[in-house]
Amino acid sequence: MTDRPVYVQGDLSSLPESKDGPASLAWWGNAGFMLIEGTAFLLAGGSYLYLMMAGPDWPPKGFAPPQLVWGIVFTIGLLLSEIPNRWLIKKASARDERAVRIGIIIMTLAAFLLFIPRALEFTALGLRWDEHAYGSVLWMLMILHTVHLITDWGDTLVLALWLHTHEVGDRQFADVEDNANYWRFVELSWLPLYALIYWAPRLA
Amino acid sequence: MSQRHEQLQATWSDPPGIWGFLTTVNPRRIAARYVLTAIALLILSGLLALDMRVQLSQPQMHRMTAQLYNESFALHGSTMLFLVSVPVMEAMAMWLVPLMLGQRTMAFPRLNAFSYWLYLGGVMMLWVPHTLGVTPDLGWFEYPPLSGPSYSPGHRADIWAQMITFTEVAALAVSVNVAVTILKMRPPGMTLAKMPAFLWAMLVSAVMTIIALPAVMLVTSMLIADRLVSTHFFSPAGGGDVLLFQHLFWFFGHPEVYIIFLPGVGFVSAIVETFSRRRLFGHVPVVLSMLAIAILAFGLWVHHMFAVGLPKVGNALYTAASMAIALPAGIQIFCFIATIALGKPSYRTPLLWIIAFILTFVIGGLSGIMTASAPLDLQLTDTYFVVAHLHYVLIGGAMFPLFGAFTYWYPKATGRLMSDGWGIVSCALIVGGFNIAFFPMHILGLMGMPRRIYTYGPEMGWGDLNLVATGGTVIASVGASIFVANALISYWRGKRSGADPWSGSTLEWATRSPPSNYAFADVPVVQSAAPMWDNPLGPFPVMRGLSSRCREALVTSLVDANPQCRQPSPGPSIWPLVAALVTSALFVGSIYTPWALVWGAVPLALVLTAWFWPTRPRRKEAQA
Repeated sequence: MTDRPVYVQGDLSSLPESKDGPASLAWWGNAGFMLIEGTAFLLAGGSYLYLMMAGPDWPPKGFAPPQLVWGIVFTIGLLLSEIPNRWLIKKASARDERAVRIGIIIMTLAAFLLFIPRALEFTALGLRWDEHAYGSVLWMLMILHTVHLITDWGDTLVLALWLHTHEVGDRQFADVEDNANYWRFVELSWLPLYALIYWAPRLA
Repeated sequence: MSQRHEQLQATWSDPPGIWGFLTTVNPRRIAARYVLTAIALLILSGLLALDMRVQLSQPQMHRMTAQLYNESFALHGSTMLFLVSVPVMEAMAMWLVPLMLGQRTMAFPRLNAFSYWLYLGGVMMLWVPHTLGVTPDLGWFEYPPLSGPSYSPGHRADIWAQMITFTEVAALAVSVNVAVTILKMRPPGMTLAKMPAFLWAMLVSAVMTIIALPAVMLVTSMLIADRLVSTHFFSPAGGGDVLLFQHLFWFFGHPEVYIIFLPGVGFVSAIVETFSRRRLFGHVPVVLSMLAIAILAFGLWVHHMFAVGLPKVGNALYTAASMAIALPAGIQIFCFIATIALGKPSYRTPLLWIIAFILTFVIGGLSGIMTASAPLDLQLTDTYFVVAHLHYVLIGGAMFPLFGAFTYWYPKATGRLMSDGWGIVSCALIVGGFNIAFFPMHILGLMGMPRRIYTYGPEMGWGDLNLVATGGTVIASVGASIFVANALISYWRGKRSGADPWSGSTLEWATRSPPSNYAFADVPVVQSAAPMWDNPLGPFPVMRGLSSRCREALVTSLVDANPQCRQPSPGPSIWPLVAALVTSALFVGSIYTPWALVWGAVPLALVLTAWFWPTRPRRKEAQA
């Protein structure tokens, strides 16, 4: 304040330095970026449906829908990863340093293991991106989701390295929660994509 | 100066010299860079426009070739829409939002720095190739199949598409920052109900940006994929559909108009209130209208596509929706007029710009209602009527409020006032010249003159009105030159303004002009949406307790703005610049090879890790 006199109405010095969940700025930043990426997923899914409805056949004549097996393995694996993820969130909010260090390793490994069925899913799509618009949009959905999978795995790995080499403070527990929430976003965003990629061509 | 002031200055200052320039996270310093870059581009775009107007001033002019003309309007439109309008509004938000919240910084200060450097990358992506003779030439929306691999070999279309990726990532970063800052860093007492209309405008615009911009990033990425790795999104021979491009582009493109316009509404709300010497008439309807515009704006995109042959029911629906948005826009205009009419207006330069806005934007709105009608639009589409309409809406609706905002907040940024006399002269010349330039284009459009033609024959009868239009552009250019000269001269010779030259209503006027690095020593406590007017003669209520020795920001609750925590705020860092450089290399590389995305991701991951690596003590067991 400049020239105007002030009177002190309250003191903020007793406030904590960080808070979890929606009280923290990082939680909202995370939510903002999830909204951006969620919108991109929605529009990419919309593009898939648009092309599906514009074409006479889906999949186009001469192409088969993607094989189901690796998609199912990946989806079940992704859903199962929510068990350790949920446990990790609980331990982070309880400020249990030891459990969080174990949990973050489990999540790093879980995400890494999911790369195996994901890689095999690409081999089972049945066509390349440059053979038909159906292939283009199929590969786009898969790549969009895989980029998120890799990004969150990278983030989890860095967090794991950090947590195992440094003293853990309140903000790092909040970071673990934010990272786990982002993993939930990766899980949830897959379900409609899974339905589009594997079931839309079968039900169309 | 008190010891506390010196302590705060030291805590919030940048390192000296070039290192401080490169590492700063001060939102005002970064926003000033944004504004100055955008103004430089505005001038370049204006020169392109002047060049095109000279070309069209008479029939049979051949001083420009068709190709040069194509490049000129493509460069003008792309620069204005992607590199000027949105970024300058984001920059104004970056500069003003923390001050209006009584905060020392924003939620994610380093994200601002990253955003500016990436924006600068987008500017260079378009303008550096231009200086080398490679310029996009398909307008500001590059529809396939014309922009596809068959009809646009070379890299002109890639440059355009990737410039968008740069600027949209930059805009998204600022939008998240602005939205979170407004939602979670309001001063105690500033409940959502007591939030100034300016902040509502910036919040709504930021959320709209977050939802709209992914569409254009997605569609331009699909275009690049079609061109680079032979996908078939937009190639009918491969099962694709060219209209998919238009749907996705306009899903972004129409909200974009309101993303530019709503900050303008924010400027108008602030200026009208201060210069009418009364609180904004209809604060609640103005805010609700912003929300209504935000929702309706996402349901209008098809009105850009009436001519492509969509089903009649669809056209009728979008006609209705397009007309409906005139209602909330009209409510806002009536509230502004009522504020002026019921107050004690002081007709200084900023308010004159707002009156110019009201007059011009209403004309643009009316021509918008005309083009919203699908049958009439079929006649008017791709004519000069549309050129007139879009300039009335964008210049009248966003640029005039921006010029008003510039004159209004200039003393806050520089500590000096711009000349009012020269301000009135420049306002009159720009507004008068604008109307002389663009109003005849309505008639030219009705006469059938198509947009994007580089010349025309004398038999068309368009020469006189085009000459008038060019004359108007020259007048507006003289006005713009006076405006710039006024700003430059006033920077050194303007009358000193003090902290609050206009007796403003909002919190930015409570701090020094220009604000110190920390802006506010104490946290203001507010009681209304015009906190400076609550008890003008009495002491200002504040809270203390934020540290002077380390960077801290106050976080408050979402609805009631109750204090929640004192969150540490990051200081200067080189990593945002390094991250932007690496991201730029990835973006530029990816128009040549898809592998740039793979190999570029590795250094990017390393840089982001370095950026976000928390600085805390090593774990004791690990040290042992």
